[in-house]
Amino acid sequence: MRTMRSLTVIPQIPIGDGFEAIVSFLERYFGWLFEIVNVIIETSVDSFEWVLLLLPPLAVIAIVAVLAWKLGSKWLAVGAFIGLSLIYSMDLWESAVDTLALVLVSSLIALMIGIPIGILAAKKQRFGDNIVRPVLDFMQTMPAFVYLIPAIILFSRGAVAGSIATIVFAMPPVVRLTNLGIRQVPSDVMEAARSLGSTGKQLLLKIQLPIALPTIFAGINQTVMLALSMVVIASMIGAGGLGSDVRSALSRVDIGPGFEAGLAVVILAMLIDRITQSLSEKNGNG
Amino acid sequence: MSTLEVRNLYKIFGSSPKTALEMSQAGKAKDEILKETGNTIGVNDASFEVQEGETFVVMGLSGSGKSTLIRCLNRLQDPTYGEVLLDGKNIVELSEEELRHVRRKKMSMVFQNFGLFPHRTVRKNVDYGLEIQGVPEEERKEKAYEALELVGLKGYEEMTPAELSGGMQQRVGLARALVLDPDILLMDEAFSALDPLIKKNMQDELLALQEKVQKTIVFITHDLDEALKLGDRIAVMYEGRIVQIGTPEEILTHPANDYVRNFVENVDRSKVLTAESIMKKPLAVVDPKEGPSAALRKMKNEEISSIYVVDHKRRVQGVVDIADVKKLADKGEKSLKSILRKDFDTTSPDTTIVDLLPTAGTTNYPIAVVDESNKLLGLIVRVTVISGISRDGENNA
Repeated sequence: MRTMRSLTVIPQIPIGDGFEAIVSFLERYFGWLFEIVNVIIETSVDSFEWVLLLLPPLAVIAIVAVLAWKLGSKWLAVGAFIGLSLIYSMDLWESAVDTLALVLVSSLIALMIGIPIGILAAKKQRFGDNIVRPVLDFMQTMPAFVYLIPAIILFSRGAVAGSIATIVFAMPPVVRLTNLGIRQVPSDVMEAARSLGSTGKQLLLKIQLPIALPTIFAGINQTVMLALSMVVIASMIGAGGLGSDVRSALSRVDIGPGFEAGLAVVILAMLIDRITQSLSEKNGNG
Repeated sequence: MSTLEVRNLYKIFGSSPKTALEMSQAGKAKDEILKETGNTIGVNDASFEVQEGETFVVMGLSGSGKSTLIRCLNRLQDPTYGEVLLDGKNIVELSEEELRHVRRKKMSMVFQNFGLFPHRTVRKNVDYGLEIQGVPEEERKEKAYEALELVGLKGYEEMTPAELSGGMQQRVGLARALVLDPDILLMDEAFSALDPLIKKNMQDELLALQEKVQKTIVFITHDLDEALKLGDRIAVMYEGRIVQIGTPEEILTHPANDYVRNFVENVDRSKVLTAESIMKKPLAVVDPKEGPSAALRKMKNEEISSIYVVDHKRRVQGVVDIADVKKLADKGEKSLKSILRKDFDTTSPDTTIVDLLPTAGTTNYPIAVVDESNKLLGLIVRVTVISGISRDGENNA
């Protein structure tokens, strides 16, 4: 399209340049802020990894299986046991732990930011419809790779940059579904709660959030799944984990290890999905 | 206990309520205002007073503004103009916190679609209002159990609302309102979502309950039979305006305009109209001041074949037949005592027509309507009972 520039009367607006300028401005004046974020994320990811790697893999597998049993079913526990043992036997345990740590930390941060925004968007509907929604559309449709670039600039290559890109990419579903869940609370229920003299806080904590919980959990599930897919992509900027195994297999056109790493991602994905889903069912999805 | 008074209440929906309000107060019609300003007038200059312990029914078809009106009373919707006075205090001007106090202690509401909290058990639904006031768990539970027992839901406390039928769900709604022991109960089409038999049951139970708890109730309905059954007084609403306020009988017998007349046309009057509303003026003679000749003259004038005899306090002594009176007059006797018949029927003024029907079928004389001291208030002839049931009954009032 750039070649057509001379033919058109519409002047070229340097959006790209502008964005560059913003990023370098942020880098220059808010470097300290990014440094803090950097430390927080790095520390959390590292400590997660440290704990998971400190325990013998079999112990971790057993713990996850028990968790799956408690939250889900016997079969989920069996699946977790077999799946994780398979990852271990493929010698991908460390990579999987790296990935898991990154997914969990990124998701947690995405939820901590996303759920309050979702609540706010539901409470202030105009703010929700006119500001939050377009921003979410932007965040979800912008190609995931694009997030990697400013993330590298602001945080340099590595797990933190990967985590930041993941947070941005994975946040929209939980914001949307929190917003939706709260708006879907029937108006007569809201009226009844108000007519009994509830304060705004009581309405939110005792009525809206509990009723919206199943929907919010669906959003949490989506966010965690998106986080996993993004963490794999983030290996391109040195986030480590299973993604880098996939990437190195790709660069060597090595089918075997590539498939193994891919399979490990699938196993993680299914486990995370089933476990978060049973969490939402536990919280009154019926 | 409290009284509730509404003065010149307006609720206008739209972007420029003030303009619409001025237009309405200047006498412009609802349609005109809608066309010119795009504002809808939900409630138009409503004024009424609800007495302590009274069941005040607001009746109107959908769109008449009745649900908006009741929501203005506890400010689920804020009125555009006017006053809602609870014991003289204007609710419209209360701060958020004062309003919460009113909602928590003074006024509770029951909703058409129940508005139960699906994530809480029946008991937790009922004690919600106490929970948010910080009442301790044990006390809350106790009160909730009491309220549930009052509405006949003992044993269902720990179920979830979804496990209950519609009628039972509304009992939960009622218990949730009653547990706060409010002075005023707002009931918005509370029974309209229930099927007819359950609805009738609930109405009966509300009446029984009302005997016990004696709340001031504002009850909204589109169902005239329900209004007539429950209401001490009824306000009829039409296009946002209250077109008539009166007792059920007044509404039936003296409809204020054609709208109300059409509305009440098809109602089963026999269940509502009472002896008092169909009785005729109590024509009688006083014994012994007025002798047989006076009695004879009255009967001839009125073209009747019998007449009641009362004492000087108008207490019924008996009834005399025209043939007997004639004989007596011929003999020249002064007192009617010797020919008094006692086989007449009496009734109290608040007996409904439907209960008069069996008597009307067998009686030989007009039925005497008497008060507690046996004082004659009026007479009902058989034909009036029949016509009282028919649509033209109001002519007999």
